[in-house]
Amino acid sequence: MINNTAAEMSSALAKGEITSVSLTKQHLDRIADVDNEVKAFLHVDTERALAQAASVDADRAAGKALGPLAGVPLALKDVLAQEGVPTTAGSKILQEWKPPYDSTVVAKLKAAGVVILGKTNMDEFAMGSSTENSGYGPTFNPWDLTRTPGGSSGGSAAAVSAFEAPIAIGSDTGGSIRQPAALTGIVGVRPTYGAVSRYGLIAYSSSLDQAGPFGRTVLDTAMLHEIIAGHDSKDATSLNVPAPAVVAAAKSGDVKGLKIGVIKQLQGKGYQTGVLARFNESLETLSSLGAQIVEVDCPSFEYALAAYYLIAPSECSSNLARFDAMRYGLRTGEANGASAESVMNSTREAGFGREVKRRIILGTYALSSGYYDAYYGSAQKIRTLIIEDYKKAFTQADVLVSPTSPITAFKIGEKSEDPIAMYLADVATIPVNLAGICGMSLPAGLADEDNLPVGFQIMAPAMQDQRLYNVGAALEAALVSKWGGHLISKAPALGGAK
Amino acid sequence: MSSLSRDEVAKLAALARIEMSEEELVNLASQFGSILDAVARVQELNLDGVKATSHPQPLENIFREDVVLPSLSPDQALSGAPAQEEQRFRVPQILGEAE
Repeated sequence: MINNTAAEMSSALAKGEITSVSLTKQHLDRIADVDNEVKAFLHVDTERALAQAASVDADRAAGKALGPLAGVPLALKDVLAQEGVPTTAGSKILQEWKPPYDSTVVAKLKAAGVVILGKTNMDEFAMGSSTENSGYGPTFNPWDLTRTPGGSSGGSAAAVSAFEAPIAIGSDTGGSIRQPAALTGIVGVRPTYGAVSRYGLIAYSSSLDQAGPFGRTVLDTAMLHEIIAGHDSKDATSLNVPAPAVVAAAKSGDVKGLKIGVIKQLQGKGYQTGVLARFNESLETLSSLGAQIVEVDCPSFEYALAAYYLIAPSECSSNLARFDAMRYGLRTGEANGASAESVMNSTREAGFGREVKRRIILGTYALSSGYYDAYYGSAQKIRTLIIEDYKKAFTQADVLVSPTSPITAFKIGEKSEDPIAMYLADVATIPVNLAGICGMSLPAGLADEDNLPVGFQIMAPAMQDQRLYNVGAALEAALVSKWGGHLISKAPALGGAK
Repeated sequence: MSSLSRDEVAKLAALARIEMSEEELVNLASQFGSILDAVARVQELNLDGVKATSHPQPLENIFREDVVLPSLSPDQALSGAPAQEEQRFRVPQILGEAE
């Protein structure tokens, strides 16, 4: 039943119509059939997944109380530490590293009985928008294998859209969940900063990073969101407030009387015709459901991309200093009594890829004395202006919307030699991260010019994540009824039997 | 047009502890101008009197009781070490380096 939703799998498991072992095997078979084409996984954890599934089946047979997603398989972005399982963050510097502990997200998934199928490919240390920056080769978009699935959580997005897993975990520092969700025709949510623990999430940019859920439907995504959210004393930036009721919101989907703000700055020039057409249709749909559409002005968003590409590299240049060849990970260049410093230099040369080096150097530059105020300091002030723009916009509307990505899935290699063109892929997703609020991408249809998925982005204030699911569920229900099924059912068949 | 010379990139790479081949230094220096131009847009606005934001949430010190909690065993902590000796990380020479 790999084509079903996670909610349907959950209900079939509860009724005893299928075992978790059988469901897990079906997904492992699917991975064996199609992942040689898609390359979503870096590591398929067959034995542990089957053991975990058997344990959930035993608990169910013994009549133990189980959570709603117990026994449902999931794909995990390789940026999250899982005890004893290779965790590389897509980098050669962590090749074959096996963490001695579980990240909080993994601990919560295990406690909920969610079956972890394996670790998915990503841009190295989550730095990228196409998954081409992985140290282990790119992932291919299931809609068109000559194109990227977006990034950096491209492996997780591709796994879900290729029916290798019904749900997946990604992380989103500048759009790394929402943009690949858009490019692969699925749902992805970046929760409010601090809503999901970062303990065991390998750090790229600590003030922007946040793990979050992928699913093929809004409800599936909400069910996963609810499992991973919550306060964690192991993460000092974790919010100690009640988690938003996202599943209830996903089941409600009522936008009558709601004010929806269209951000003037996130449309127009640079946005593909088919992306804007699907976006505007979705607005009409929401309007026909009783929502009131207003336009909001966020003038500082024009500078968000520039601020992001100073703040994130600055934080990464500091965070990635921990890869020093001393305590874990790769060590090279040790011959002939080489000093610690020269071992460090040669290990970081061999272990880091091009984009990671580029961002470390840029961050080192932006933080260096003489340039600090002009670059990092100014970027931090732009961040304040973006927060203020959002605050004002949220007095005029309950949620804000835009296209998720200005373009549909691009060709492998098309932007990999041009960093600036690649950075522009995140132009509409980055403001959310800078402000620490939450955002969702859900499918809005296919662009006429290339027949590829278009994402619709919804944004809500901090810890109002339920609003994303409420609006998302309403739009999804209307679009699915118009299309006669979920968008993902229109994806072309892959090599395996579908 | 901003630019960064090959020597400036080499200095930054040394600060960041990344050895770089001549080819990498030249490539990075050639890309840096357009990247710096793109990020220098943050200087276009008058930002006088605007407060800097380092973090999206207000941060406070968080305290807990000083009690022993479970932690990694020495074997677990050393499990990923490139080299170890007597329950310690074994590292290359750090003192008395020739300069």
